[in-house]
Amino acid sequence: MFTEIFEQYNWETVTESILAKTAADVERALARQKRNLEDFKALISPAALPYLEQMAQLSRLATQKRFGRTIQMYAPMYLSNECQNICTYCAFSLDNKIKRKTLGNAEILLEADAVKAMGYDHILLVTGEANQTVGVPYLANALRLVRSRFSNISIEVQPLDQDEYETLIAEGLYSVLVYQETYRNDTYKQHHPKGKKSNFRYRLETPDRLGKAGIHKIGLGTLIGLEDWRTDCFFTALHLSYLEKTYWQTRYSISFPRLRPIAIDQAGTTIHKDFDRYMNDKELVQLICAYRLFNEELELSLSTREEATFRDHIVPLGITSMSAGSKTNPGGYVVAPETLEQFEISDERSPAIIADMIRQQGYEPVWKDWDKTFR
Amino acid sequence: MQALHIAGRTFQSRLFLGTGKFGSAAAMEAAVTASGTELATVALKRIDPETGTDNLLAHLQQPGLHLLPNTSGARNAKEAVFAAQLAREALETNWLKLEIHPDPKYLMPDALETLKATEELARLGFVVLPYIHADPVLCKQLESAGTAAVMPLGSPIGTNKGLKTIDFLEIIIEQSKVPVVVDAGIGAPSDAAQAMELGADAVLVNTAIAASDNPALMATAFKLATAAGRMAYEARLAGTNRQAIASSPLTAFLQ
Repeated sequence: MFTEIFEQYNWETVTESILAKTAADVERALARQKRNLEDFKALISPAALPYLEQMAQLSRLATQKRFGRTIQMYAPMYLSNECQNICTYCAFSLDNKIKRKTLGNAEILLEADAVKAMGYDHILLVTGEANQTVGVPYLANALRLVRSRFSNISIEVQPLDQDEYETLIAEGLYSVLVYQETYRNDTYKQHHPKGKKSNFRYRLETPDRLGKAGIHKIGLGTLIGLEDWRTDCFFTALHLSYLEKTYWQTRYSISFPRLRPIAIDQAGTTIHKDFDRYMNDKELVQLICAYRLFNEELELSLSTREEATFRDHIVPLGITSMSAGSKTNPGGYVVAPETLEQFEISDERSPAIIADMIRQQGYEPVWKDWDKTFR
Repeated sequence: MQALHIAGRTFQSRLFLGTGKFGSAAAMEAAVTASGTELATVALKRIDPETGTDNLLAHLQQPGLHLLPNTSGARNAKEAVFAAQLAREALETNWLKLEIHPDPKYLMPDALETLKATEELARLGFVVLPYIHADPVLCKQLESAGTAAVMPLGSPIGTNKGLKTIDFLEIIIEQSKVPVVVDAGIGAPSDAAQAMELGADAVLVNTAIAASDNPALMATAFKLATAAGRMAYEARLAGTNRQAIASSPLTAFLQ
């Protein structure tokens, strides 16, 4: 289990060692063919910022070599906003008095058809954590309902046990996205005070359970904004290195969701929250390039949390998959567009427009890159 | 230049093309045309039978061009055999590039499962071209299993590192009774020429063309290099002298 490796590290020591990286460390990291975790630290350190253009050039080359000039397209589909957890940053948090909605069979099919009609063949099913209503039987049913329409199905739901993952894999599940949110235990507890999610260790060991269950792909990441992003991303890279060695038949992707202000509709008012550790655009580019230079085979995914201009420019820099036209509320595409979103979308352009934008940059949007044959 | 024969089909071009990684379908189509290839691989996982948004196949309808579906994504023999049957139906060909890589990071081929799948697929009437490590013993075993050709890698796929396995490729070429197609790692036309000079029957190229700034021009370069290498092989390269002739020859005492 990753826990044994994780426990050998100390948060503050890692932070200090990242901040201590010098320009010389960055230059050595850039010069290497194969880069290790120390190189990764140098590349995410403040010392690497003056080297951003060089990092971007190298990242683009490495990405093209492995992935070609292609961007994979996927869309999220929210099934439910019911949730028994309190997460300080999330609109679906138990303590938010919002109207809860869980899609029924007919609604799931309507939404799935709408996503399919936009051209998608890879879909990401998303829920909160409500095991009574949206547990494994619900998820298995949802997979059965949509699997004839999509070649590739991922989920982003509560962490499950190994045998539960096995059940869902047998129903056609391809990949699971499970972000640690933050690798700093104390901060994790502050932001997740209640519910099953408050168990830091259970979440930390989720990728291990997925690997043992034989999943095709695991999506990792942290929620950027909860803690010092550099240290959190170092732990993500450490986690990735462990997983690649241990579950070598699984592929991995990383996302870097930056926290955005959430809108909470309480008596008609919209509350915006600010986060202290917000990451700027320059730093996000630095992080994307650093991940690429650290691991040339890694899939890197960018959602519609990011703004249009930023998304347009990031296409050739290292990412490999994008969503577009996303709705982050259950029923958001057709069934119940008025329900509360989990987070505000910044890039509201349609998949067709995003696909054109990608093509204009000499990249091919890829809609189907998996087949149900490979179970 | 001699023609290449695989399973009763004749090829004038000894350059096979992969169709992934291109920046646009138009760029892919232009590269295929420029390369003069008669065999292009297509990943089953990229084929959309409902011709939805991806319309890969529409760009591969060229006279003289045959399609070679691959099983990329299969992790074992069972999945590969199943995928092969679907590919046969979707593309109406019994030719198959067998790819079994349980390792999604480096896409290393699984020798045991590949041998197993080759036996099964040959029995089912497929023309099997398996992607494998440059393993001479495995090549002989695949021959016995009924393979139509062998496709050993030059270096890890997508790395453009050239013929890192050259010593093993030479043994494979020397021993093989079926055509040897060097696949993976060919990063420059000079690598393709080198493989052909060694006596490889064909080369398969994808990344080096698709990820170049001008895929059609690069495809032309590969076309010429592949033909040049083959011609050099047929003309027999003159031997190279590795050492100067000693001024006091060891056999001088015989005179």
